[in-house]
Amino acid sequence: MTIIVLIKQVPDMEKVKFDREKGRIDRSSAGTEINPFDLNALEAALVIAEKTGAKVAAVSMGPPQAEESLREAIARGADEGILLSDAKFGGSDVKATSSLLSAAIRKIGSYDLIIAGIQTVDGDTGQVGPEVAGILNIPHISNVESIRDFTEESIEVVSNVWEGQYLKRGKYPLLMTVTKDVNVPRLPNFKNKMKARKAEITKWDCSDLKEIIDESRLGVKGSPTKVKKIEVPAQSQREGKIFKDSSSEAVLEMLDVFKKSRVLNKEV
Amino acid sequence: MEEKEYTGVLVFAEQKKGDIHKVAYELLGKGKTLADKLNCSLMAVVLGHPDINVKELVYRGADKVYHIEDEMIFSVPDEVVYAENLVELIKDIKPEICLFGATTFGRSLAPRVAAVLETGLTADCTDLSIDDDMKLIQIRPAFSENILAHIKSDNYPQMATVRYKEFDEADRDETNTGEIIKINALKSGNSLVEVIEEISNENINIADADVVVSAGVGIKSTEDLKMIQELALLLGGEVGASRALVETGILSKSHQVGYSGNRVKPKIYIACGISGAPQHLAGMKESGIIIAINNDPSAPIFKVADYSIVGDIYKIIPELIETIKNEELRVKNY
Repeated sequence: MTIIVLIKQVPDMEKVKFDREKGRIDRSSAGTEINPFDLNALEAALVIAEKTGAKVAAVSMGPPQAEESLREAIARGADEGILLSDAKFGGSDVKATSSLLSAAIRKIGSYDLIIAGIQTVDGDTGQVGPEVAGILNIPHISNVESIRDFTEESIEVVSNVWEGQYLKRGKYPLLMTVTKDVNVPRLPNFKNKMKARKAEITKWDCSDLKEIIDESRLGVKGSPTKVKKIEVPAQSQREGKIFKDSSSEAVLEMLDVFKKSRVLNKEV
Repeated sequence: MEEKEYTGVLVFAEQKKGDIHKVAYELLGKGKTLADKLNCSLMAVVLGHPDINVKELVYRGADKVYHIEDEMIFSVPDEVVYAENLVELIKDIKPEICLFGATTFGRSLAPRVAAVLETGLTADCTDLSIDDDMKLIQIRPAFSENILAHIKSDNYPQMATVRYKEFDEADRDETNTGEIIKINALKSGNSLVEVIEEISNENINIADADVVVSAGVGIKSTEDLKMIQELALLLGGEVGASRALVETGILSKSHQVGYSGNRVKPKIYIACGISGAPQHLAGMKESGIIIAINNDPSAPIFKVADYSIVGDIYKIIPELIETIKNEELRVKNY
């Protein structure tokens, strides 16, 4: 059994700076980390691998330094890392990203389960997982909150979708996206850290994938959506009236707010 | 550039158990503005049981409603089945714009459809407009809500998912006329994934509430929660929770407000004993009026609040409840 985990290296969002006047994002002072939701995806894969003996491959598209994320994935227990890196991949939108990831998955060949985080904290779209499934023409289950059971042939999960929680059973091949609730990711251990240090990260560029996908479908060329402008909106300005040591005054003013907003429940 | 092979604005009207999700009416409202600017028709598509009252979509402004019917297959959230049917329709009618509500299901379904149509897709838009070249401008937050990106698509259909509660619902007018086109569903099905059952039917929709009273880990037990519930009831609202409180098990995930829970935009949001982690703020900072009660004057929640009450929730909330009750008595006896 082979499990593929999709991973993205993202900036540490707490440290990214946003320049309102220039409409620019400054990541230079922010370190990088594995997208937090992808750690849940990796953990889900590792749990399944422990019971089934599956091989876990982490795949990432990114600049050369994204290799670090794949080493970290190995340090946390993944068996191998594959980095998709090429200047020609730059500027990829959801479609181009999903096309590239799908091409890499096809190059890997045999796989059973693909697991992705529900979304990234930078791009924030949550679309790449389902879109990869669409391109590969395999089913997907999104927003997986818990894994009830699994075997080498199928998996039973709770999916938070359609304003409800649905118990679904999927036979492989299958892609699923997971939320933070699915598990608590493990930390790297000493043995795996040593392994990660020595591990050979597979690197594929445009030419490695040319038999599977044409260059015109990748990067800027393969991206139908284009960002025309970036706005950094002002943080919402609030009146910010502060009440201290005078709860009765606060309570009376709140009553007034409720009356003006007409929310006092007449039924009571 | 392509000829005007693609024309019209198509809205995916999501339904569950026959009820059409209100985001569809919001999309029809916005869709009408776009269609008027483009001088094209406004269309809606519903996939569901033959008995669904799809006329409602005509009353809300759709010129044409495509009703893809089946008694069974659309009664569970199966993206493969829905996508197959939508793709078939879109290939046939070729709309220039195709809008989905950014619900959990819409966000899961739209990418599958876009993948097969080999077109672009913009997620979670908060505004849409038509540019001088008659193309759709899609505005969406990114980088954990810190920026707004203006996005355009090169190809057709231009597809986007749009957040719930960003636009007003289209006005309802029973004199509106429109065409209803019934289509038999394709039933190749999904042999790999089986939806076994809906395991929670907790009927909480905090995204729809006018008032949300949210509790954080300042609440220590189910017993303590009662005052929050009472306050919410008095205000005709719903109870929300921080992620931390949901993790204690006192409230279920369906109450969770935040980046990875529900995004809410009520008239009034009351944060009780919530410090205001960035992930919580991302889910509620667009609320109309924000009231925060916390005993820590440096709590980040106060930075986004209209009314910051520094104090003990165990003192202030009962006082608030008492005052509201007295007021209601006073009004009643008047």
